[in-house]
Parts: sequence; structure tokens; C-alpha cells
Amino acid sequence: MTTTTQHAEGNGSYLSINNIEVIYDRVILVLKGVSLEVPKGKIVALLGANGAGKSTTLKSISNLLGAERGDVTKGDIVFKGTRVDQLTPNELVKRGVIQVMEGRHCFAHLTLEENLLTGAYTRSISRAELKHSLERVYHYFPRLKQRRETQAGYTSGGEQQMCAIGRALMAKPEMILLDEPSMGLAPQIVEEIFEIVKDLNQSEQVSFLLAEQNTMVALRYADFGYILENGRVVMEGDAKELASNEDVKEFYLGLSSAGRKSFRDVKHYRRRKRWLS
Amino acid sequence: MQFFFEVLIGGLLSGVMYSFVALGFVLIYKASGVFNFAQGAMVFFAALTFVGILETGVPFWLALILAFGAMVILGIATERIVLRPMVNQPPIALFMATIGLTFLIEGLAQAMWGSSVRGLDLGIQDEPIAWIMDATDIGVSKFDLFAAGVAAVLVTALALFFQYTRVGRALRAVADDHQAALSIGIPLQTIWRIVWAVAGFVALVAGLIWGARNGVQFALTFTALKALPVLILGGFTSVPGAIVGGLIIGSTEKLAEVYLGAHVGGGIDAWFPYILALGFLLVRPEGLFGEKHIDRV
Repeated sequence: MTTTTQHAEGNGSYLSINNIEVIYDRVILVLKGVSLEVPKGKIVALLGANGAGKSTTLKSISNLLGAERGDVTKGDIVFKGTRVDQLTPNELVKRGVIQVMEGRHCFAHLTLEENLLTGAYTRSISRAELKHSLERVYHYFPRLKQRRETQAGYTSGGEQQMCAIGRALMAKPEMILLDEPSMGLAPQIVEEIFEIVKDLNQSEQVSFLLAEQNTMVALRYADFGYILENGRVVMEGDAKELASNEDVKEFYLGLSSAGRKSFRDVKHYRRRKRWLS
Repeated sequence: MQFFFEVLIGGLLSGVMYSFVALGFVLIYKASGVFNFAQGAMVFFAALTFVGILETGVPFWLALILAFGAMVILGIATERIVLRPMVNQPPIALFMATIGLTFLIEGLAQAMWGSSVRGLDLGIQDEPIAWIMDATDIGVSKFDLFAAGVAAVLVTALALFFQYTRVGRALRAVADDHQAALSIGIPLQTIWRIVWAVAGFVALVAGLIWGARNGVQFALTFTALKALPVLILGGFTSVPGAIVGGLIIGSTEKLAEVYLGAHVGGGIDAWFPYILALGFLLVRPEGLFGEKHIDRV
């Protein structure tokens, strides 16, 4: 089992998750000792198949597990030198960590602009500052400005994803936990959204931890990647290295040097050589 | 014709009374997606507490403040004991919880203040306003008009609050999606406490006005049932809807009683609103001003 991280050496780590274990409903063990690091100002991708524990990892950081009867039973989560695993989501957002949930979760009956405004709830700011923050979000998402008066429920999936990210930006976060931004979106829109993420990362110094199934796109934009399988980190490394790794290519990118394989061969191969055990 | 207008105006004004109770339902439904069956009990609790405090010799305004304080405490306790353990449960579970809450509040009110019927005098008489009577020959009750004025102020304030304030927006956000609201740092507990406190205040106003008219008694809890057709007509999520629904129910039931009642032996106003609501459900289930359920295909 390889759950240790070789780059946990720096004390100046930004967000670090150390060997956490998450249990749902007191019986279902979902994360079996996950450790990862997000350096300041970087984009880190958390990859893996359905049910690998990506969302659970993000939710254990943002403390949204409680409402789903999940519990972090072991390990700790440290952000900028202080433990944050016992905070409420409200306190965590005030410290600069916010999650954009899987499936967007915009407020359907609020207009796009109202959605964005709710994002600033935790900041007690003047009207002028609020307006300024709003303009900043519109700068990155001009489409939202065009449709500001539309109820979010009537907008497209891409617009909703933008709305969800924009709403999180309104809280002025240092770190965004982005869960499955590509879900159900056309490839072109996915590209557009990742471009904006990269832009935000570079010009606003927002760090990202993003959970993705779309390994190809995620590794292209991320600096670093972790691969989760069955609640464990089975592989980690520089995004470029991961993208060129033979196993990653075969399992997650559907590319193989040995030419096309029949499905039966793939299954056989997987059975023989599993990454964990 | 003059008789028609007198009935109509009387009906509209009595409709305002229903609106008060409906408003409390709308508030809690809007902010938490919970149909709070206990609203009627809260009206009863508020009125009884107010009268009980007043009887101890406390001045009117102080009693009002104390009664409001009691409603706030009740709201906070409800959030802590009933709602918080039930986050993310299906709406029906929350609904059942509020039914339980109804009996608890009713019992609590009577345990604290006894169960005898009490009178309540707000100092405004239920008599026709003289100058309107002189000018048009139509009797308009001073008390009813006062109630309508209070309703207008209350509704305007609430509508502005929901639409333009930070907390108001957060309330609507919570109603749409608990989890998402939580994820962007809106503290659900605080929001629910606020909304139950506001609903408590509305219940207090409703309790005072109903109490002054019919006496403070257990039957107040049944006014909640009259709020149901009002809500179905106006929409569960609309503050103005609660008022318009109330006006429609109030006026149609009085008109029906006067003009149709004679043909079927009277007593129409007891069931007419429900028939109206039933018909309405078939045509426009979200109500006149309610939010449409948005589904993406």
C-alpha cells in the first residue's frame, strides 16, 4: 500500500490532508487513509473512477460530510498551519476555502446575479465593494452578465457551472475545491471552463483542488495529480508525468501502446495486475 | 348594488385576517421548504402569551415585546430541537415533525396560561366608520380597516426584506438548496432561527388581531386550516400571494354565503374556500404567484 506522500517534507505546506479515514453511516468505510497536499497557487487534480472517493475527499475538507451522515474518523486536515477539520462550513469559507459542489447546485429560483450575490454572504462588505466583486466575476464570466436577470434554473448546464464557480468567487476564496466541473457538459464548454479556471489560478492566485473523471482534460490544466482507487491514493505525481505514464494511459486515458485490445483482454489484464492489494 | 359592495368589502377585509396566518406558512416554507403545520398553534401560543402577560399588569407595549421575545425563544428552540437533527431529511419527515410540534406548542401554551377563553382589547372598536357610512351608506368596520393597514405594512416590509437584503436572499437560497447554501458558507442554523423568529412575529400579529376579534381561545389553532385554501390560491412561496389569496377567499366565501347560501340552506362559507382551492389545484397547482417547479430536461 502506498499512501505516503513523498513531498510532504515542507513545513510551509498550504493545504494538507493527512491520512484521513471517512466512514458513512458508521459502517461504510469510504476513504481508507488518504493523504494529499495542495501547494499555494497550484492546481491539483484528484482523479479516479466513480466511487473512488473523490467527492468524499473534497467534502471532508469542506466539512459538508455531516449532512450526509459521513464522519472523518482518523487523520487531520490542515490549512495554512491550523487544523480545519472541526470547523463549520461557514467558518471555513471565512478562512478562504470554499467548495463548488458536483452537479452545480445553483439556486434555481434566484436569478444568476442573485446567485452570485449569495456567494458574498460570509463577507460583511459595503454595497460598493459588493458591486466591485460582482464586476470581477462578470469579467471572468461575461456570459453570466448577459443573462444576469434569468433564473438560474432556466440556464444551460455550462452557464450553471459558471454561475457556481462565480458564486464561490464572490466569497473571495484562496482555495476552491471544484468537484467534477465537466459533468454533463459539451467538450467545448468543458474546455472553456478549464481555461477560466487556469486564468483564475494565474491572475487571482486562487489554488484549486479539482476532482475529475475527465482525466485527459484535468491533467492538461493541472500542475499535479493524484489518482484514487477504492478510497486510497494509488498514484501521484506531476501532471505531465502522470499523463505520459503507461498505466494511466491505459486505464484512464484509453490509450495503449499495444494497439487495440479486446475488452476481454483488458479485464484479464486488470485482474492480474491491480494497483492496490 | 350597495349591499353587494358592503358584503364584498366585509369579505375582503375578513380575507386579510386569513392572510395573516397564511403569511406565517409562506415565510417558513420559503426559507426551509417545510410546510409548518404548527403555524396555527404558534398563533394561539402568541396570543395566549400576550394576554397572559398583560393580565399580570404589565403595560401594553412591554407585553408586546415580551410576547415577541417568547416567540423568538420558541423559534430558536424549534430550530435546535426539531430542525437541526433533521437536516437533509425528506420534506415529509419535517412535515410530520411539525405536526408533533403543533401538539407540543398547544399543550405548552395551555400549561403556562390555562385554558380559559380570554378577551383581548386592542382599543379599536369593531364598528362602522361614520364618514364612509354617511357618504356611501356602506358599513366598513374600523377594526377590519385597521387590520388591513397592518397587513399592508407587514407585507411590504417582508417583500422588501426577501428581495433586497443579504439575509433575505440567503433565506431564499436556503429554500432552494440546503446543501449548496451550506457549501457557500450560509449558516443554516442562523437562517432558520431568523425565519422562525420572523414567523413567530407574524404569528403574534395574527394572534392579536384574531384574538381581539374572536377572543383568545383554543379555536384560534383552527384558523390555520382556513389558511390552506389561501395558500393554494396564492402560492406557497409568495408573500403577496398570501395576501391576494386571502382577499379572494374572504370575498368569495362571503359573497357565496349571501347569494348562494340561501338556495342550499346556508353554511356555505365553511366549505366554499376548500372547493375553490380544489378547483384551483387542477388548473394552476403552483398558485397565482407561487414559484414554478423548474425541471431541466
